[in-house]
Amino acid sequence: MLAESLALSAALFVIGVVGVLIRRNAIIIFMCVELMLNAVNLTFIAFARAYGAAGQVFVVFVMTVAAAEAAVGLAIIIAIFRHRQTVNLQNINLLKG
Amino acid sequence: MEPHYPLFYTFHFYLFGVIALASALAFVTRKSPVAAALWLVNTMFSLSALYVLLDAQFIGVMQVLVYAGAIMVVFLFVIMLLNLGHPSEIADRRGLWATLAASAIGIILVAEIMMIGRGDVATKYEVPRGFAADQLAKYGAVGTVARPLFNEYLLAFELTSVLLLVAIAGAVVLGRRRDGRAG
Repeated sequence: MLAESLALSAALFVIGVVGVLIRRNAIIIFMCVELMLNAVNLTFIAFARAYGAAGQVFVVFVMTVAAAEAAVGLAIIIAIFRHRQTVNLQNINLLKG
Repeated sequence: MEPHYPLFYTFHFYLFGVIALASALAFVTRKSPVAAALWLVNTMFSLSALYVLLDAQFIGVMQVLVYAGAIMVVFLFVIMLLNLGHPSEIADRRGLWATLAASAIGIILVAEIMMIGRGDVATKYEVPRGFAADQLAKYGAVGTVARPLFNEYLLAFELTSVLLLVAIAGAVVLGRRRDGRAG
């Protein structure tokens, strides 16, 4: 089942990448990043079955970092929304210079 | 060589795989953020079923608790808090060129993966169902994860707690109002 898991994980990752590229809603883009993290987790689990539990430990770390990232990222989105009244990335171009 | 899997196992593996893929596709194409979030939760549930099928029961439970239960609830909270539940009247999708570029990048990524797959990674590294199952029988589902986590990866584990502390402080600072009023 390793080949199938890797193929599925790759497909999910590509869906995440395409989602980030074609959407403008910051929250949906953020959820696409979570989908990519999940795809990588599936790879870790699939390989952990062959190589031992280190892959599963990595998944625990990835989940922790994902939780921290979600908390900080959503706080940033809330702060941006307070300033601009939108989460549409087309209107958020402060760094464009 | 490819180990033999019972039909029951293969059927469920493909079933949850197809559900995960279909939900992910539904997730990126939904206009409403709430619908998208719920489809993503569905993807995460199917992935958790796949983790259980891949002998990682504890991670499967963590997936439901942490991802579907905590992270996605926070996402839904923020959508609700900012009143973004309805599809926005401004176009959420990018234009034709961005879509074409995204499709091209997606196709290139898939092609790369196919090329890697042709180097028979899968058959080369596939081991008989045994290693994880052995550990599972010896230490149990939690012990399999806990033993390396608290021995070899203890330092990383402790650093994770610092990371979480920083994230908590960061979220509070960023989410606070600047004018000093409460809330």
